[in-house]
Amino acid sequence: MKRFVYADNAATTPVSREVIEAMAPVFSEQWGNPSSLHAKGREAKELLDGARERIAKVFSCSANEIYFTSCGSESDNWAIRGAVKRLAKKGRNHIVTSAIEHPAVLNTCRDLEKEGYPVTYVGVDSDGIVKMDELEAAITDKTAVVAIMFANNEVGTIQPIEEIGKLAHAKGALMFTDAVQAIGNIDIDLSKLPVDMLALSGHKIHAPKGIGMLYIKKGVVIDNLISGGGQERRKRAGTENLPYIVGLAKALEVASAKIPELDRVVKMRDRLIEGLEKVPFSKLNGHRTQRLAGNVNIGFEFIEGESMLLWLDISGICASTGSACSSASLEASHVLLAMGVPHEKAHGSVRLSITHETTEEDIDYILETLPPIIEKLRNMSPLWEEIVKGNQN
Amino acid sequence: MQYSEKVMDHFMNPRNVGEIENADGVGMVGNAKCGDIMKMYLKIEDDVIVDCKFKTFGCGAAIATSSMATELIKGKTIEEALALTNSAVVEALEGLPAVKVHCSVLAEEAVKSALADYYKKIGRPIDFEIESDEHEDEE
Repeated sequence: MKRFVYADNAATTPVSREVIEAMAPVFSEQWGNPSSLHAKGREAKELLDGARERIAKVFSCSANEIYFTSCGSESDNWAIRGAVKRLAKKGRNHIVTSAIEHPAVLNTCRDLEKEGYPVTYVGVDSDGIVKMDELEAAITDKTAVVAIMFANNEVGTIQPIEEIGKLAHAKGALMFTDAVQAIGNIDIDLSKLPVDMLALSGHKIHAPKGIGMLYIKKGVVIDNLISGGGQERRKRAGTENLPYIVGLAKALEVASAKIPELDRVVKMRDRLIEGLEKVPFSKLNGHRTQRLAGNVNIGFEFIEGESMLLWLDISGICASTGSACSSASLEASHVLLAMGVPHEKAHGSVRLSITHETTEEDIDYILETLPPIIEKLRNMSPLWEEIVKGNQN
Repeated sequence: MQYSEKVMDHFMNPRNVGEIENADGVGMVGNAKCGDIMKMYLKIEDDVIVDCKFKTFGCGAAIATSSMATELIKGKTIEEALALTNSAVVEALEGLPAVKVHCSVLAEEAVKSALADYYKKIGRPIDFEIESDEHEDEE
């Protein structure tokens, strides 16, 4: 029987009922501008401070280390540009990042390279883990910032952020991590982690699209990205998006409280991986255990990802692929290529990202639906034909 | 990106999928690195394409354009098949997203490549270009 299974939670998630309920009165009742001195303003300011306090608690940091932004991409841009531009004045103009970062980080680095800031792109191993020796060698006394994602959005590999932060600090560089995919998956304690800046976004954890955050450790000073009024302690101009900020605080509290329940998601993930690995000529992309609880990324040889996705969609399953043919740029996934997956295999990859909302029945349905799709597409693939004939000979 | 109903129909119910044993002409174009490979099989009698089958590795548009190309040349003369253009395939499919137009170019080339193979087999000089002028720059 056809079902609807949303298995693309790494792309975005629906806003949860509790987040909507937390936000609703902020639209219609507490609608003031936190910068206003009057009663409506004070009411809004109180809500803003409260949200900041609650988020600080989630990450064991201080409320004045939290800056609200419009999205994860803005936070990434701000952290890297702000850090390198500030520190260049002190002779540190170099950026170290990895080859598998999100485009918000990679393209920021490429733009900065054009402006004359040198960038080193560190490689990853076949599991998608940053090569530590290469990283260590890349960081010099000219390095302003090391920008490495907490967990990868495509293959779900979790990086050893603590070790990486220590390497950055040993050379006097700032450590920045994009934690957009990690939040709600990993308990992040900023009182202990050697991280100076951390970016996150709301819509991956059931808050709305259009709200992000940058944590900047006390004492770390970076240049501003957006000029204007004095909001966010003069660091990020623009009237605060209070309903969404309240929504983000709620979503982070809920997501962090549910981290102990991730075992159930991990079990479903592993059952999905195990079931799909039974398909011949398939391979798991990313690290088997050092992996986000909800991420499944598998490559199927001799077929192409967009065809797989279209069939999944027809069957009611929402997923994503690293194939070039599904992207506007017609480029295969830079993450899979950096992991050494050849182009032809990168084309046949599919990502299924599940959450607490996913059910065992959803997993059953994917396991019933996907293998016949692969078989159907292979039966019309000239590459598969060669394999079959090769076996007959 | 949105495919037309016609493209989805040919993707879901591709016409003429398969192989022809002892085909008179076989052509394979594209490469796995780019993510599209089309293989076209022709059965030819008295310069008429009496049967045509294909196998394709590729995206929805690659499958749909292969399917449509076989429909457009089946029962046609060699001369008519050589006149098939990628834009005729796109038109018959009621349009393709701009980034997918190269798939129709590949379909046109698959037909020409299979015909060139036939010409080679029967010793007829190949008096046409396989590679379309519209071909995109590929690595």
